[in-house]
Amino acid sequence: MQDTKTAIPLGAVPKRKTSGKGVWKRIVQNWELYIFIAPAFLYFLIFSYGPMYGIQIAFKNFIPTKGITGSPWVGFDHFIRFFHSYYFWDLLWNTLSISLYELAVGFPIPIILALAFNEVRNGFFKKLAQTVTYAPHFISVVVMAGMIISFLSPSTGIVVHVIEGLGLQAPDFLTDPRWFKTMYVLSGVWQSAGWGTIIYLAALSGVDPGLHEAAIIDGASRFQRIRHINIPTLIPTMTILLILNMGSLLGVGFEKILLLQNPLNMSSSDVISTFVYRSGLVDAQYSFSTAIGLFNSVINCVLLIVVNQIVRRTSENSLW
Amino acid sequence: MLSGVKETKRDKAFLVCNYIYVFLAFAIVFYPLVYMISASISDPKFVGSGEMWLWPKGITFEGYKRVFENSNIWNGYANTILYTAVGTAINLVVTLPAAYALSRRDFVGRNFFMGMFMVTMFFGGGLVPTYLLVKQLGMINTMWAIVIPSAASIWNIIVSRTFFQSSIPKELQEAAQIDGCTNMRLFVKIILPLSMPIIAVMALFYGVGNWNSYFSALIYLNDSAKYPLQLVLRQILVLQEMAAQGGGAIDASTAAAMNSKAEIAALVKYAVIIVATVPVIVIYPFLQRYFVQGVMIGSVKG
Repeated sequence: MQDTKTAIPLGAVPKRKTSGKGVWKRIVQNWELYIFIAPAFLYFLIFSYGPMYGIQIAFKNFIPTKGITGSPWVGFDHFIRFFHSYYFWDLLWNTLSISLYELAVGFPIPIILALAFNEVRNGFFKKLAQTVTYAPHFISVVVMAGMIISFLSPSTGIVVHVIEGLGLQAPDFLTDPRWFKTMYVLSGVWQSAGWGTIIYLAALSGVDPGLHEAAIIDGASRFQRIRHINIPTLIPTMTILLILNMGSLLGVGFEKILLLQNPLNMSSSDVISTFVYRSGLVDAQYSFSTAIGLFNSVINCVLLIVVNQIVRRTSENSLW
Repeated sequence: MLSGVKETKRDKAFLVCNYIYVFLAFAIVFYPLVYMISASISDPKFVGSGEMWLWPKGITFEGYKRVFENSNIWNGYANTILYTAVGTAINLVVTLPAAYALSRRDFVGRNFFMGMFMVTMFFGGGLVPTYLLVKQLGMINTMWAIVIPSAASIWNIIVSRTFFQSSIPKELQEAAQIDGCTNMRLFVKIILPLSMPIIAVMALFYGVGNWNSYFSALIYLNDSAKYPLQLVLRQILVLQEMAAQGGGAIDASTAAAMNSKAEIAALVKYAVIIVATVPVIVIYPFLQRYFVQGVMIGSVKG
């Protein structure tokens, strides 16, 4: 736990050559391990790969009475309808802009906070600051939405009172489309910035104290040591997290958006995933919704692979 | 870190700025938490007018009284406890043995299983096909729709596997096997007792996730008697507010009546937020170490 220099690529399994005749023996000898893995295997097979089989209804006109296999094929009709719809560009823009906004604000803050925590001497204040900033991570998304709504309520919200106390006109945060994205992103930062520092603090705890000692002898200031020792230490972790974030650019956390959405802010709060939910489960347009969902996951997957590929060319810290 | 080294003036200035920055971060996170607790026990008049801004004013427990009188909230609470207990038990039974198997180097096929699980991190069937599958399995409107489709998370399997790989000495397993100990006995009698930290971490991660989840209940449950707490909260915290905002022009007396009703509603909201979050927030400081450990095991190589 102490030596924390390298972030492992996800799921990296050290390879080992297996000789032909030993394999069967090892399978028989360890038959119980297959029972151990069976529940997880069945779970992923049924609940992750099962729905993948169901994706085919994106290319069909799903009729519940005929089932998935019995429904007639329609090719790319649903995709074409989606791309030509008037809301396509709005959805794409909202999804991308919320994600990028979130990335631009939410990605650097935990890093800066972790660097700052790292400079605070161990003691009561550091412990208190960490405990408190981690806490919102455990607040459920429903409560979070409830808090946002209460704090920003035009008649009773404390934020509105503060703004009016300063003699300014408070905007209608909850219903004004221009404020939706900021509200979404800043509340997300409030909730997760503290928790996000843990991973960076773990990396920082692995810095060799000798490096700092040497730098101090050479007359480096605190700021210079952070700049030239601590930040480079965090780069592998930052890279991995950035790649993972890029892979979910179109997978913006829609549970919160769904709760904060209302007819008045729809023009900036409707994203692909909430649209998938509405068209699929509320309006029961199963095939159409599946097609949009598929479009979304394919773009995510492609983004992840492309970004990872770029990173692999330029540094050693790629996912695979 | 290095006492005895004299700090330069610039370093001192930097440190002071740093402390101010950390304190600001702390205050920004802390303030809403304190505000909510204060608001839940203050006279809604003061909360609504903004006179109560930090410490409780005109203390009243009316909000809590109304929350405790509300049978929907109690019912939701009971459901959530049930779903969390059953769900977390299933999560552990699926995750731990699988993670242990994957941690064993002599397990033929580990790369295949790992690869198969990992794919699901990056690509899935999507909302509607998953919904149709759950429907086809006859789980709609049952507890199973809440606990089974989220039976395992690949991330937690990786975290547990890393723990088993790095924290349990290989010699122990080899010695047990030479003594003729079966894998089942090895796992139950030797590995699990040595793995209490990871069991705690997993129980906590899954437990909090189950406690806080609302979306699967929203799509799979239609009988309100089965709603978990989060869905009841959604009605109280989100839907009512939206409805209140939707009202158009109203005359003065209705507005006044609505205002006092709105004040009570706001009080109940803060109280219900506290009641719903207390179990998690109360246990959290004691278990923070484990949570942090869980994140670190998952992120770094020992």
